[in-house]
Amino acid sequence: MVAAFTRPGWYRAVLCTVLAAAFGVGLVVLLRSISGLSAFQSEQAGYPQVVVPLILAPLGFLLGIGCFDYWLRWGFGLPTIPDDHSSHGAYSWKDYFKVNTDHKVIGVQYVVTSFIFFLIGGLLAMLIRAELAQPGTQIVGASTFNSLFSTHAVLMIFVFIIPMFAGMANYVLPLMIGAPDMAFPRLNALSYWMLPLAGIMFLASFLAPGGAFDAGWTGYAPLSTSAPLGQSFFNIGVQFAGFSSIFTALNFLVTIVTMRAPGMTFWRMPLLVWANLSTSLLVVAATPFISGAQFMVLLDRILHTNFFQFGAGGDVISYQHIFWFYSHPAVYIMILPGFGIISEVISVHARKPIFGYRLMALALIGIVVLSYSVWAHHMFVAGMFSWLRVPMMLTTLLIAVPTGIKIFSWLGTLYFGKIHTKSTAMLFALAMIVTFTIGGISGVMLGMVPFDIHVSDTYFIVAHIHFVLFGGSVFTIFAGLYHWFPKMTGRMYDERLGRIHFWGTLIGTWGTFIPMHWVGMDGMPRRVADYASQFGDWNLLISCFAFLLGAVQLIFVYNMIVSWRFGPKAPDNPWGGKSIEWLVSSPPSVFNFDEIPRVVGGPYEYGIPGARHAIMPGEGAEVPATQQTVVGS
Amino acid sequence: MFTNRLPIAKLAGAVVALSAVIAAVMLSINWNGAEDSTAAPKIDDLLNIMIVVSSVIFAIVVVALAYALIAFRAKPGDESDGEPIHGNTRLEIAWTVIPTIIVLFAGGWSWKVLNEIEETNPRHLTVDVFSQQFAWSFAYPGKEYAYSQGVLHVPVNRQIVFKMHSQDVIHSFWVPQWRIKKDNVPGITTTAIVTPTKTGTYQLICTELCGFGHSTMRAKIIVQSESAFEKWVGGLKEKVPTPMMVSVKQDTETNPEPLERVEAE
Ligand code: HEM
Ligand SMILES: [Cu+2]
Ligand SMILES: [Cu+2]
Repeated sequence: MVAAFTRPGWYRAVLCTVLAAAFGVGLVVLLRSISGLSAFQSEQAGYPQVVVPLILAPLGFLLGIGCFDYWLRWGFGLPTIPDDHSSHGAYSWKDYFKVNTDHKVIGVQYVVTSFIFFLIGGLLAMLIRAELAQPGTQIVGASTFNSLFSTHAVLMIFVFIIPMFAGMANYVLPLMIGAPDMAFPRLNALSYWMLPLAGIMFLASFLAPGGAFDAGWTGYAPLSTSAPLGQSFFNIGVQFAGFSSIFTALNFLVTIVTMRAPGMTFWRMPLLVWANLSTSLLVVAATPFISGAQFMVLLDRILHTNFFQFGAGGDVISYQHIFWFYSHPAVYIMILPGFGIISEVISVHARKPIFGYRLMALALIGIVVLSYSVWAHHMFVAGMFSWLRVPMMLTTLLIAVPTGIKIFSWLGTLYFGKIHTKSTAMLFALAMIVTFTIGGISGVMLGMVPFDIHVSDTYFIVAHIHFVLFGGSVFTIFAGLYHWFPKMTGRMYDERLGRIHFWGTLIGTWGTFIPMHWVGMDGMPRRVADYASQFGDWNLLISCFAFLLGAVQLIFVYNMIVSWRFGPKAPDNPWGGKSIEWLVSSPPSVFNFDEIPRVVGGPYEYGIPGARHAIMPGEGAEVPATQQTVVGS
Repeated sequence: MFTNRLPIAKLAGAVVALSAVIAAVMLSINWNGAEDSTAAPKIDDLLNIMIVVSSVIFAIVVVALAYALIAFRAKPGDESDGEPIHGNTRLEIAWTVIPTIIVLFAGGWSWKVLNEIEETNPRHLTVDVFSQQFAWSFAYPGKEYAYSQGVLHVPVNRQIVFKMHSQDVIHSFWVPQWRIKKDNVPGITTTAIVTPTKTGTYQLICTELCGFGHSTMRAKIIVQSESAFEKWVGGLKEKVPTPMMVSVKQDTETNPEPLERVEAE
């Protein structure tokens, strides 16, 4: 029994969590009594006796579950085995509940965990739409309503879309570049285990006195600095989600730069790899800003510092500058990996090389650079210095150019191809092109200051963000999940159910989010629990489509679970892809390759007789002559 | 050139037809509601221009996708690859340069409109706006006792410069029919300019999340003739409360733009 508590695992994790939390409470009580303060403080924003354990308990959990074992042993001079593979690979379902260093196991852990948060976030959305189906208050009061949409957005952004992309890339990216794993497998495991902690913390804030955080996902000061305890759960949860994505991004960067197979030059990398390279560049430089902003809010709340307290020399608007300096790049963090997925899916299922591959890669880099210079387009009406508006408007509008390049190049890729639509992945990819175009167009309109003045903070914004995030990011996530499901699980999914899910999702998305543009322009503000009765009919319609959208996701869940268990065995290369992940078994062996493959050509050499992207170990080594020529128009 | 192998004229025709239909339908709808300020028609014109441009872009994407799906669908059982076309430099330059021109045009036009709607008129009237959870109040120039709660009166056809002050968290001042919106930020004074062109009653809507009462934070606005306005202000009996006055003075220190009201005192 004692052994169970000393080995890394769930017993030790629970023990360490409890001990760390108790230590936190003890520390606060001790320090406060030394300072002559009452042991506990229960002002609305304070509660140090909760906040400190809230920081320490997750660290205790990570320690207990075994994320730090190797480093600690090394640090204390105990014997370590540098290439210890005992925690590598999954041999039974139980291995998915342990600290594992295999990028494929971590990938699956990420995907499943973030999908669970998607379902919870979706449930909150259903509650929101139920309340908004009619004017007046029916289901929840105004305070709860604010908590609902705040948690909904935070779950979707921080513990669904961002980590879902990280998880999918975790699985396929090392395979694609011919690497046996990520560069830092233990760091990778740590990144994963911080994710459920962040999500649970966001949800646990519903238990806090005063309810869950309710200042929106943007958490603007000073509403957030004076909000009840739940806000601190957000401030701290974001730290764990943020560190998780920073570590993963570092891992991707180092993996991509140093672990490409021989012959895999930068210009031979699949666009998914380019996309994750760009995303990681955004994450490492931008994410520290949201960590910083939330720390400053936390300090204002707990230690009464004055970063954002207007009465005491703080500057309210600076919160927004710091926040958006992260959160605009964050919107690209939430779409660039999806761009990569769409490029892979379209090219494979249209059996065509990507049209304008280099410009596609350069467009990604262009977006990275530009997206650091547009943050204040979220602040056109915020009362910041007015001279900043026009420069930010111009950079914002220019960012539509590389985005447009992506759309046109995908369309170009389809021409003179052999388009197969039998896979649900391709359906989502094609639909994403159109839906995302609408989101891009509304984005450009919002970039135009005079129009933005009218529609900022209305339902028009809600429509825009859902067209880009649902019609963009989530569609790409579905495309990717269907595309790589056979690779990840070794099973085929049911295309008929896939199609029902696709059409339901497409109709649901348009039906829900198109009318939101109209009500927004016509005068309905966002983030309201109640609205003028003139918008009642439209909102009822929106809610009906939203329920449809929610319901069809259950079909997806059913399809995935049942196919994973009982689906027909998948071939290694069901779609006829050329990139390396399709050249290994489904699912790949524990170390991916017996021997590292050799890359001899571009990733999308469709239609060139005999052309190869990579040569697997044990195959003939001849490079076809046709490979050397780049075929132009 | 592979472009010779596409029915370019037909595709172009389809784009023109589709964008004409979309634009016609979209232009026939009055999206933003009544245009009751000088800024409103200008912003709506901007929107209409964007509707036309966007209709064309959207039509290009839809037609291009639809044609590709009709013409290049794989026949059942066909497992061969498409043609190894890797790109076309002229086309790629075109879809980089043309969108750049379009967005810069949109940016230039927006800039012009922005300057026009924010131009101050020497004969403007300054009104102070005070917001707090979850109520609005207003102070008018001229005398100490000119303060109204929950209802704002302004004269028609005269430029109003609103100086906004928040007492607690951020609120936002929005009148959809005027197309005007500005956050009220604690600690600083923000400014919004509007010239109402119609008399009538409007609703002032708070558009920045400010707490549980956010969705009910409204005020009534009455736009009336200048003489009726003068008379109404003359009849006001309430004095601007001290905290509001303090915030006006405090905000002025942190705000580079001088505040007429305070200077006049
Ligand atoms: C063509 C490219 C795009 C442009 C020009 C653009 C422009 C804008 C502008 C100007 C705003 C601020 C509007 C306001 O608050 O008044 C905005 C809001 C937003 N955009 Fe975009 N956008 C683009 C693409 C995207 C993409 C790809 C995503 C994410 C996948 C995205 C996600 C968001 C979100 C989440 C918000 C709302 C943030 C909030 O206030 O909660 N946008 N966009
Ligand atoms: Cu942005
Ligand atoms: Cu409000």
